[in-house]
Amino acid sequence: MNTVTEVPVYIPQVKKRKISGGKIGKYLVIILVSLTMVLPFVWMLSASLKAETEIFGFPIKWIPETFQWDNYTKVWTTVPFGLYYLNTLKIAVITTILVVINSSLAGYAFAKIKFPERNRLFFIYIATMMIPYQVMMIPQFMLMSKLGLVNSHWALIILGTFSPFGVFLFRQFFLSIPDELLEAARIDGLSEFGIYWRIVLPLSKPAIATLVIFSFMHAWNDFLGPLIYLTSDRLYTLQLGIQHFITEYNTEYSLLMAAAVSAIVPTIIVYFLAQDHFIKGVANTGIK
Amino acid sequence: MIPSKKVKSKTIRRNRLIGYSFLLPNIIGFLLFILLPVLASFVMSFTSWNGFGKIDFIGLSNYKQLLDDTNFKISFVNSILFMLISVPVTLFISVLIAVALNQGIRFVKVFRTAVFLPYVTATIAVAAVWQLIFNPSLGPINGTLLRLGIENPPGWLSDPSWALVSVSIVYIWHSIGYYMILFLAGLQSIPDYLYEAADLDGAGKVSKFFHITLPMLSPVLFFTTIIGVINSFKVFDLIYVLTGGGPGRSTHVLVYDIYNTAFKQFEYGYASAMAYVLFLVILVISILQFMGQRKWVND
Repeated sequence: MNTVTEVPVYIPQVKKRKISGGKIGKYLVIILVSLTMVLPFVWMLSASLKAETEIFGFPIKWIPETFQWDNYTKVWTTVPFGLYYLNTLKIAVITTILVVINSSLAGYAFAKIKFPERNRLFFIYIATMMIPYQVMMIPQFMLMSKLGLVNSHWALIILGTFSPFGVFLFRQFFLSIPDELLEAARIDGLSEFGIYWRIVLPLSKPAIATLVIFSFMHAWNDFLGPLIYLTSDRLYTLQLGIQHFITEYNTEYSLLMAAAVSAIVPTIIVYFLAQDHFIKGVANTGIK
Repeated sequence: MIPSKKVKSKTIRRNRLIGYSFLLPNIIGFLLFILLPVLASFVMSFTSWNGFGKIDFIGLSNYKQLLDDTNFKISFVNSILFMLISVPVTLFISVLIAVALNQGIRFVKVFRTAVFLPYVTATIAVAAVWQLIFNPSLGPINGTLLRLGIENPPGWLSDPSWALVSVSIVYIWHSIGYYMILFLAGLQSIPDYLYEAADLDGAGKVSKFFHITLPMLSPVLFFTTIIGVINSFKVFDLIYVLTGGGPGRSTHVLVYDIYNTAFKQFEYGYASAMAYVLFLVILVISILQFMGQRKWVND
């Protein structure tokens, strides 16, 4: 499990054109599954623009009678949705920056510097990746409350920053960078930090991209963390903010849908922009 | 030239210094926020602590109490059931789509994007939509079923005997994309010459699937089963929003129970014991899978 091989982006070539029963079956399965995947999103989008009474009409009307853009205005004004956006963005951006710096430094030590305890230490890091979050959840909370960080974004940022996964990712990637390159730089008199900063990091853009995407998405979509740590409404993230429309505005489903659409748009944009990185990342880190 | 002992130990000392200075920020955080909590909750599982006051060690009492705790037993069974429903179905559908996508189909990228889309969206938003889709009297699913002449469609999330299945459906829908990508990567790494050789031998499609594709995919299948089982035990967000553990206790799962015990009832000691049982269950299942691996996984 110690090498990360670049896997090509998965777009198999079209080999031959022949229409057969098997082929039709294949298309049928894929189209059916793809529709199942996408239709809930379409339904959500359409419901978010409908009048409350129109949502559950049958047969399903995919295009609203009149577009109720007002639903979105209401979502952003009845609760401080803009503030939730900023809070989420703040946590996601700071966590992502810190986790990349922090993990790449540690990954460099584990991959490129030979010292006696290195492998044992790395093994302990990896071993903790298997431990479910619930096992650390309670002492982490108590520690954070001792540090006075409960009900602050910093608890989430700090916990997100120390991810053994990031260390693992960088270590695996750095292993694929030849030692000769580093040796040459050492002979040229570059310091160890200089090698890391000016040679290794610029070569590691794919690994950085993967971790940026994963960490951003994770921070953006996280629910349990904010649920445990954030109690004041003004600190809420989007995922907690949506809760308002589930619990308090119980009957206004169109608002709930508009809130949900608003909350997922950024991740969907990130996904479409960085799709290949994302998919390579999943494939590379998943397969050992 | 063989470096002398003195030079060697000097290099070791130097490397150690550099190594630890690179590791320093991470190792402090790791010790403080990961390793310490893991050990602390183990110790706490032998106490009756509630966060305040004196810490009383009560030995194995928490663990003994778990054996008589009906709520815990229900959660335990539900977690196992949830895994048994969701993992096989998720893996089966993901393999199916990956194999289909890998066979020179047009618009692969479009389909791949579609299948992966749920995985990148927040579970909370996803849960909110599915709650409406599953609405027993007005939702689009039962609307369609009624149209098709099914008179008593299930109550889905509001029906105790269907609730866990309904949550599984959403969970499967949400995670298929992730596993599909892993299988696609696995399929891509199967060398073409194997299929060409099979063609020369006159092997049919089905035979090629069972004698080449499946065995070559077995390491990925093994890995995804391990990850799949672990992930299925961690389902929290969906349960929290879709059912809140209900109706009754029909969707109460271990992680939900741990959260409630810790952060609603503030029984830190007891919740820690539960967390360690969860850990143990995951560990035992993973070990069993590793032991069974030799029988079916190709190296």
